[in-house]
Amino acid sequence: MKSFNYHAPKDVKDASKLASSSSAFLAGGMTTIPSMKLGLASYKDVIDIKNIKKLSGIKVSGKTVTVGATTKHVEVATSKDVKKAIPALAKLAGNIGDAQVRNRGTIGGSISNNDPSACYPSACMALNAVIHTNKRKIDAEKFFTGMFETALKSGELVEAVEFQIPEKADYQKHPNPASRYAIIGVFVAKHKKDVNVAVTGAKSCVYIDKDLSKKLSSNFSVSAIEGTEVKSSGMNSDMHASAEYRANLVSLYAKKAVEAC
Amino acid sequence: MASLVGSRVERKEDTRFLQGKGRYTADINIANQTYAVFVRSPHARAKIKSVDTSKALKSSGVVGVLTGKEIAEDKIGGLIAGWAIRSEDGSEMKVPANPPLAKDVANFVGEPIAVVFAETLDEAKEGAEKVKVDYKVLKAVVDPAEAMKSDAIHDGVDKNLCYDWLLGDRKAVDEAFAKADKIIKVDLINNRLVPNAMEPRACVVDYNTASEEITLYTTSQNPHLSRLVMSAFGGVAPENKLRVVAPDVGGGFGSKINVYNEEIVCSWASKKIERPIKWVAERTESFLTDTHGRDHVTHAELAVTNDGKFLGFKNETIANLGAYARVFGTVTPTYLFGPCATGVYVIPAAYSNVKAVYTNTAPVDAYRGAGRPEATYTIERLVEKAAMELGMDKTEIRMKNFPTQFPFKQTLVHTVDSGDYVAGLEKAKQMADYAGFEARRKKSEANGKLRGIGVSSYFEACGIAPSAAVMSLGCGVGLWESAEVRFNPTGQISVFTGAHSHGQSHDTTFAQIAADEMGVPIENIDIVHGDTDKGTFGMGTYGSRSLTVGGIAIVNACKKIIAKGKRVAAKMLEVNEDEIEFKDGEFVALKSNKKKTIGEVAFACYLPGQRDEMKSPIPEGDEPGLIESAFYDPPNFSFPAGSHICEVEIDPDTGNVKVEKYTAVDDFGRIVNPMIVEGQVHGGIAQGIGQALHENTQYDETGQLMTASYMDYTMPRADNFPEFNLGFTCTHATSNPLGVKGCGEAGAIASPPTVMNAVIDALGGQEISMPATAEKVWKACKSIKKSNAKAA
Repeated sequence: MKSFNYHAPKDVKDASKLASSSSAFLAGGMTTIPSMKLGLASYKDVIDIKNIKKLSGIKVSGKTVTVGATTKHVEVATSKDVKKAIPALAKLAGNIGDAQVRNRGTIGGSISNNDPSACYPSACMALNAVIHTNKRKIDAEKFFTGMFETALKSGELVEAVEFQIPEKADYQKHPNPASRYAIIGVFVAKHKKDVNVAVTGAKSCVYIDKDLSKKLSSNFSVSAIEGTEVKSSGMNSDMHASAEYRANLVSLYAKKAVEAC
Repeated sequence: MASLVGSRVERKEDTRFLQGKGRYTADINIANQTYAVFVRSPHARAKIKSVDTSKALKSSGVVGVLTGKEIAEDKIGGLIAGWAIRSEDGSEMKVPANPPLAKDVANFVGEPIAVVFAETLDEAKEGAEKVKVDYKVLKAVVDPAEAMKSDAIHDGVDKNLCYDWLLGDRKAVDEAFAKADKIIKVDLINNRLVPNAMEPRACVVDYNTASEEITLYTTSQNPHLSRLVMSAFGGVAPENKLRVVAPDVGGGFGSKINVYNEEIVCSWASKKIERPIKWVAERTESFLTDTHGRDHVTHAELAVTNDGKFLGFKNETIANLGAYARVFGTVTPTYLFGPCATGVYVIPAAYSNVKAVYTNTAPVDAYRGAGRPEATYTIERLVEKAAMELGMDKTEIRMKNFPTQFPFKQTLVHTVDSGDYVAGLEKAKQMADYAGFEARRKKSEANGKLRGIGVSSYFEACGIAPSAAVMSLGCGVGLWESAEVRFNPTGQISVFTGAHSHGQSHDTTFAQIAADEMGVPIENIDIVHGDTDKGTFGMGTYGSRSLTVGGIAIVNACKKIIAKGKRVAAKMLEVNEDEIEFKDGEFVALKSNKKKTIGEVAFACYLPGQRDEMKSPIPEGDEPGLIESAFYDPPNFSFPAGSHICEVEIDPDTGNVKVEKYTAVDDFGRIVNPMIVEGQVHGGIAQGIGQALHENTQYDETGQLMTASYMDYTMPRADNFPEFNLGFTCTHATSNPLGVKGCGEAGAIASPPTVMNAVIDALGGQEISMPATAEKVWKACKSIKKSNAKAA
């Protein structure tokens, strides 16, 4: 690991002042620190945002659940409020990585990194989340722009994620046996008017499967998507899973998620 | 006094391990130490045109940079192959030089080219980045099946062939096959595995400029052997000027047998730069450079009669040695593999032919089981397939071919002293509720799942020793073991062993043995190992040899203590020696019933003479002190055996394989500590299930290791396993006085075929290769569906 300046500001303003093109925000450090250790990334300044109190915590209003950026996976997984409002979100958080990762990793870190096989982006997409940053509010569908790419600009910091509470939802994941990231993960959310089927792990970036979403919007049942072929074109193919296998899993886990709703 | 051997004595070492007080190599720091970072080849095969160290030498904090040129100039020897194997045509095996730092050519990704020493680790890393190596990249040879048709990697090694070895009688096999009703054939790949010891390799070297002695702390399974190799072949220092300490070591599984490049280089360099050196491997370096295991491509055939009698066996295997031949690299796919490939069966004619090839991959050496898992996989896949093709019950066909008379002269090499294979399999069937399987299969089917059951019966030759035998097979050293029992004046006892514990619990089991032999409390006994300055000599721990060889050396040394104690006690009690009986720690004069405890006798041995009340005469001809040593060389290998039964359930939609039940019945002879043995079996089975379902070492076509971290290499985890159901049968080994057979490797030997036989059974006989990952199984399920649809 290359030497760097470590900062631990107490508020967002100071954090954003410190930010530059050669800095990184540090929350749980589940990706940033291994990348630095392996020499894949190096920064002049590392800005630890864990001490900024307002970035952590869970709030439930009538229609939304808002999770602060530095809220840890374990906190979302065990929150009574989340379990009541969006049990699928608590379930998703409870199955990320392992206990150590859940005790350190944060939602803000996860979505800012936008790993193509991370779990949280699918929840953001399916639950029509709004990402609050220190500069603006961004809809989830505009936030996740590509592999490890987001709409965040230099110095822009995620403050919270506001999820829309659905009528029903479920998340199903086929974990990579080695890393336990999602080979594919499917988040199905039934809202009042429509249904979102968000898929992670299958392609270079999280996406909404429009075909499955449309079919479930008009008839929310397993039979509505029975026999629907999910196309493998554009899907990832690597030593862990071929595109063909991933496509099979997406259709299978979409059904499992609907069944579990 | 109750015997400790056979009881569940709690582990003495747990006190330190469970409190985080273990002292591993990386925990050792020496004042003024420098940190080493190695510059490694990023290419699988490349000519080294030049190495420019000038910028690195100017880098902040860098103390020195050394390359293959300097190590060659200092005539430091390279890494060695410990066993000489001859080809079928009588020619010697071909072994290329393996310098500690590559000078002219790099042969696998991760091979060390240069080393940088600096005041801090960060500075050493920075310096290493500034070493500029100019490579000419050459086409890598990666696939072992293609190696013989590819460019020769090493000068003088035609077709990349190390040897083409034969054991057995081709003519007899041909005749047997001509008489067969049916020939069963399998084509198998024994997947390459990374041993993944929890503690990565490390070394700390301290050079004493006054005494000119090098002290090397290292992660070794065999410190004395390391000293011998570094001294005799490396020329690093004479043996009396080289102390090798292997302190607590966090797992080895064979990967810490070898003396590695880094230990040789740091030991040599410490003398050169006159500074202590510390090097600790990062996990990626472990993946790239620890010796790997397995990696066979096998075609095997079994000739059978219609009623299931085995007539003949043939085995044609290509074994991948990786880039170089290492200590057990050449024997693992030959004498540790070939003889065991006929399994626990009476097979009148057999041969094993192995072609060992070099490729541009990490060197392959012994890994838990070493050759015997590959052998068991070969024969047990064949036997299971034979049962299926003949329509016989898979346990019945095994029973039918088991030997029932012991000693059993196995087809190719071994004479198995004892065993009862029928009893083991019967017990396993009962424990696994084999009879109730069909009902469970139907239940799974009703839930849309496929259920399969697999059986494997194995034997292994371990207790790797008899020097006469191993040396006749090509081993470069004798594999006896030594022990020394030091009875201190105040009654505590230090037992030195040449075996090394890196997870085997010798502190406890060896102390149990010594406590029983000498009738003293186990608390009074310390087991000392892992330091060439403390113990006499030793061959270390691998091949399930510690108890069967090292344990017996301890027994023999204890017997010498008792023998001397008897003479001293007789003199003290003023009776003849033959009137003394030793029992439960006391020397008793039979007629008078007067006694001396072993502690009193020991004290007397250190204070010979008479004064007032003290009367402690040493008999004439005896010396003061109570220290005895023994070197033990057994007459034969030991032969653990057993039968394992596994049940899996497959989800055809995902291809996920769940191990539902796993039953293991093993015969390890006499068991010293059942709790520790169970732990060894659990670990072995876990690694075997890992091989069968999860682990796979994958290189791309250019020789880059694709599975070089836990993100990509699937280590099995606790949630991949069911509760293991363990049972034991016990026929004492006749080749050693304790009747023990060894248990360290059995789990990893028996389990891969057991699991794969279950998976293939669930798939209705469709062959599938290890590891049976979800996607592979899903594809197999799809093709079954298709062919079923066609048939309908």
